[in-house]
Amino acid sequence: MLLYALQRLVYVLPVAFGVSIVCFMLVHLAPGDPLTAIMPIDATAAQQAEMRAAYGFDKPLPVQYGLWLWKVFHGDLGNSIASGRPVVSEVGRAVGNSLILASLATLIGFGFGTFFGFVAGYFRGSLLDRLASLVSILGVSVPHYWLGMVMVIVFSALLGWLPSTGAGPGGSGAWRPDLEHLRYIILPAITMSAIPMGIISRTVRALVADILSQEFVQALRAKGMGEWDVFKHVVRNAAPTALAVMGLQLGYLLGGSILIETVFAWPGTGFLLNTAIFQRDLPLLQGTILVLALFFVGLNLIVDVLQTTLDPRIQRG
Amino acid sequence: MNSTSAPIVEARNLTVDFAAGRGMIRAVCGVDLSLKPGETLALLGESGSGKSVTLRALMRLHPKSAKIGGTIQVDGEDVLALSPSALRAYRGKTVSMIFQDPGLAFDPVYRIGDQIAETVMRHEGVSRAEGRKRGLELFERVRIPSPERRLDNFPHEMSGGMRQRAMIALALACRPKVLLADEPTTALDATVQIQVLLLLRELQREFGLAIVFVTHDIGVAVEIADRIAVMYAGRIVESGACRDVIRNPSHPYTRGLLASRAHGTLGKDERLHAIPGSPPDLSAPPPGCAFGPRCDNFIETCAADVPPEVTVTTGHMARCFRLGALAEQAEPLAAE
Repeated sequence: MLLYALQRLVYVLPVAFGVSIVCFMLVHLAPGDPLTAIMPIDATAAQQAEMRAAYGFDKPLPVQYGLWLWKVFHGDLGNSIASGRPVVSEVGRAVGNSLILASLATLIGFGFGTFFGFVAGYFRGSLLDRLASLVSILGVSVPHYWLGMVMVIVFSALLGWLPSTGAGPGGSGAWRPDLEHLRYIILPAITMSAIPMGIISRTVRALVADILSQEFVQALRAKGMGEWDVFKHVVRNAAPTALAVMGLQLGYLLGGSILIETVFAWPGTGFLLNTAIFQRDLPLLQGTILVLALFFVGLNLIVDVLQTTLDPRIQRG
Repeated sequence: MNSTSAPIVEARNLTVDFAAGRGMIRAVCGVDLSLKPGETLALLGESGSGKSVTLRALMRLHPKSAKIGGTIQVDGEDVLALSPSALRAYRGKTVSMIFQDPGLAFDPVYRIGDQIAETVMRHEGVSRAEGRKRGLELFERVRIPSPERRLDNFPHEMSGGMRQRAMIALALACRPKVLLADEPTTALDATVQIQVLLLLRELQREFGLAIVFVTHDIGVAVEIADRIAVMYAGRIVESGACRDVIRNPSHPYTRGLLASRAHGTLGKDERLHAIPGSPPDLSAPPPGCAFGPRCDNFIETCAADVPPEVTVTTGHMARCFRLGALAEQAEPLAAE
């Protein structure tokens, strides 16, 4: 088990290396010089060259990459061009905010998704199934930024129950676990949970329906097992696949959603990415993408390892 | 009737209806079964004849939408009247089942030993360790090599024959009185089939089991059964002691089945006899005798009414109007 985890960890290294190259190159593929955005229009050629040298943009790409990677290893993602603050602290704060939002959305989405999925799978063709299916299809197909705006219109503008934007009162930049801050997180969390809820509910429904139609379920009943015992077997059989889907969804959620965080002005990674793109803030963009990509890699690793422990048919090694 | 000959399984006028579209399909129509302790009955028939449906009805394993009619008495209990909890206590304890494909009948993500232990725990309220100990005993009994290690196997880590042995061990875990076997050798290689049949016969003697054995293979039925009941389109068309039915098949369908076997060596140019036509559609069964449209001895009476049970010899009956005429045809099998 431990050996397998270590082995998977080794496989992750080249992936992480590739991710870093893509992150680095992505920004250089975009047209336009990152410095033109912050340079005064009347800056002389000499001044521009000086700025380029100061940020290291005058060196050949491989050298720039090497220097960048070296600094990344030392926890230095450079300074934001727009704000001048270290990218690490900006990304760190945003990641924290996104994590909190994602955790709550995960809880809601996975919880209801699994519940609806089981209900629909167990009572296939019934009214309950159709209701649960309707909710999950809506969750998947309604654009979530639109859902976000509708939520704001209904619960903030019309009913005035919940605040529409921000992470806390007075434009608080960081979320804290108190009642006042809790009111701010509800709308974005529910909006964000719609897609994973729909996807997980569809997946679990299909899994449960498939498992219930398998002969071993009848064999369990034939040896006198009650419905609760059968349910435990169904859960155990559905877990590996459901978990893989959940891992991916968790990745998407942790990555933050540019659209949702922008609609609700939630100071997370998505919001940060949006800002960095519009301000052509290269180091900030690079840093954020790198952190998010590594998140995905790490998450997949965890899911891989968990899956093999849950489903003995997946070969180890 | 004294206690030794009292039947342990007794089904009277058993019917099973399945909901299909707007109407109902009668898959089993009026089956009578009677089985004494230690006796083996083979339900013989082609697919769709209702033999598996009959078997599952004895355990009420059908979905709730299926309707079971008639009466089923097993070990003094009225099976159709059992409450849900009594039914769970009955399944696996009084009656247990072996499935056709043990690769599908075990939960793929649980260890075999745990699946056996689970059953013992369920019915006898013992600890997991105790349940696994029972599993080990049974694995030794069904001659699984290195049983201790095999208990920790997952189903996919065993061969087909070994899985079926494990399935038999699981079925016998709580010392049932009746064993229902649903084509337990069909999914196995021919050499393994014989081993499993011999094992079943041996265990039956040891445990005094009554076995209902569903098969489409006459060879297998002859190998294991004391009595044979031939099913066609949801009815038992002929039943009797194994020897009587095989030596003196009376119903045209049984004769056809026996004739369609390869006897000894078949010459290169000889063709295997096949029953013409195909089994009837159960949603629109033919009137009268269901075998009528495929029968060489069809007369108008056959389409008028369902033939009643006619006694051929003691304990041997067939449902056919033309038994008398058929009996006059000398040695039907030899004439073929």
